[in-house]
Amino acid sequence: MSSDLRHNWLVRGVAAVGECGLFFVAVAGAVPKSLRYWRELCRQIWFVGAMSLVIVMTCGLFVGMVLALQLYFTLSIFGGTAALGTVVALSLFRELGPVVTALLVAGRAGTAVTAEIGLMRATDQLDAISMMAVDPLAYVASPRFLAGVIAMPLLACVFNAMGIFGGHLVGVTWLGLDNGTFWGNMTSTVDLYRDILDGLYKSIVFGGVVSLIAVFQGYTAPPTSEGVAYSTTRTVVFSSIVVLAFDFVMTAFMT
Amino acid sequence: MIHPSDAPAPLVQVRGLRTRLGGKVIFDGLDLEVARGSVTAVMGPSGTGKTTLLRHLTGQLRPAAGSVRVDGREVAGLSRRGLFELRERIGFLFQNSALLTDFSVFENVAFPLRQHTRLPEELLRDIVLTKLQAVGLRGAANLMPSELSGGMARRVALARAIVFDPMLILYDEPFVGLDPIALNQVLRLIRTLNQTLGITSILVAHELAAIRQVADRIYLIAGGRLVAEGAPDELAHRDSPWTRQFFGGEADGPVPFHYPAPDYARQLGLAGRRP
Ligand SMILES: Nc1ncnc2c1ncn2[C@@H]1O[C@H](COP(=O)(O)OP(=O)(O)OP(=O)(O)O)[C@@H](O)[C@H]1O
Ligand SMILES: [Mg+2]
Repeated sequence: MSSDLRHNWLVRGVAAVGECGLFFVAVAGAVPKSLRYWRELCRQIWFVGAMSLVIVMTCGLFVGMVLALQLYFTLSIFGGTAALGTVVALSLFRELGPVVTALLVAGRAGTAVTAEIGLMRATDQLDAISMMAVDPLAYVASPRFLAGVIAMPLLACVFNAMGIFGGHLVGVTWLGLDNGTFWGNMTSTVDLYRDILDGLYKSIVFGGVVSLIAVFQGYTAPPTSEGVAYSTTRTVVFSSIVVLAFDFVMTAFMT
Repeated sequence: MIHPSDAPAPLVQVRGLRTRLGGKVIFDGLDLEVARGSVTAVMGPSGTGKTTLLRHLTGQLRPAAGSVRVDGREVAGLSRRGLFELRERIGFLFQNSALLTDFSVFENVAFPLRQHTRLPEELLRDIVLTKLQAVGLRGAANLMPSELSGGMARRVALARAIVFDPMLILYDEPFVGLDPIALNQVLRLIRTLNQTLGITSILVAHELAAIRQVADRIYLIAGGRLVAEGAPDELAHRDSPWTRQFFGGEADGPVPFHYPAPDYARQLGLAGRRP
């Protein structure tokens, strides 16, 4: 590659995507070996899940409440407030649940994973692990990647539950919608396969994307304080962009 | 009767090693040998590549040319699995300790055992505590690495490097940050490991007095090559410009003290100016 090309941001961007793709292959290849370290995997799931639980619950509650409030007034224009439960649930399951959870997890757990791995590299811990004849890809990278894939859909479910609770709080308790109408309409229109499972698939993919980016950024962070800080920021930026882009593509295929 | 050909093959054999890092030539044809069951010291000015040499021995770095053989096998030619099998038999003390920060001292030392053996918990505990006792830190078993001083961290790293009773131990500056008492204990430990278990040791260090107590042989590296070798006592008194300068600590001589740099006066903007 000529130096002219190397300074082109487009070329560098494509090269980075390619590197990340190769890294994905390496991490996925190390997954079978990493199952030996199931303790580490459990620890990481607990880590990602517990770390993000509070923020996911809080945000789920508020998103559900805002959604109910906004939609209530929009629906009342058409006299369709009875559909509030349905609309809130569909928006959460199909769209907001997976996407907002992914953005929250990227900001909360993703940054922590990047910083942790970046510092492990900077303090020679990754080299030390490899010198003790343990593959750092299998011991450090894969468990964190898998933990994201597993924890994300669970967190999205929590987010959705809190969102519906928040919607119920605003729609029924505050605005006086009939409780039976709220639940009845929701349960009769929301479809397990089409709506809930589609949302779960999205979450699983987002979990993979966010944790892959977080692990990759940490693994390739320059071994300096500045390098780690910069990589942490990039985790959030790239995760957000990629999650929203993937969301569009997956929605287009699913509907 | 022992014939020369019956002499055991050296455990480590480096031939014509050439290395470049970031455009800088680190080794330019380095040869050295480490006999089985010996304690060998590698010395040299800061930045000559002593750590780099150890990284070659464990396959963390590939040579640009030349061969590095450990236990008869070419390190660069090993598969990933072969490399890991080799590393299981090498203990490595990192220059900056490199303890795993989310494990306690005990778990750090236990880490290699947990990964590669299925020892019952009690036996594992006994082994780990024995090694910690040897470095005087049995009482610190439950501390986290962030609660250790630099010298304590080095001793924990040392305990971790020897926990497997490997065939070869590479110590990168084991004496840094140790008080005189700890230094003596560590010296005694290195000697005991060598004499009772026959573990071959390579140690990189600058402390000549300490090295003279344990090492069978010293290699002095400078400028990418081996410049002197021999038994410690003989080498310390040898009358070569390299050893005279290095062991005498003089700034002028064949060993460069300065990292390669442009002319000093010119860089300060003094060139050609009248006094
Ligand atoms: N990743 C790297 N990229 C470029 N140059 C490097 C890299 N790592 C080390 N070097 C260079 O290699 C040389 C040897 O480094 P090394 O760490 O082996 O020195 P050392 O002999 O262990 O020194 P010290 O006694 O200070 O520990 C140094 O001059 C350093 O600038
Ligand atoms: Mg060094």
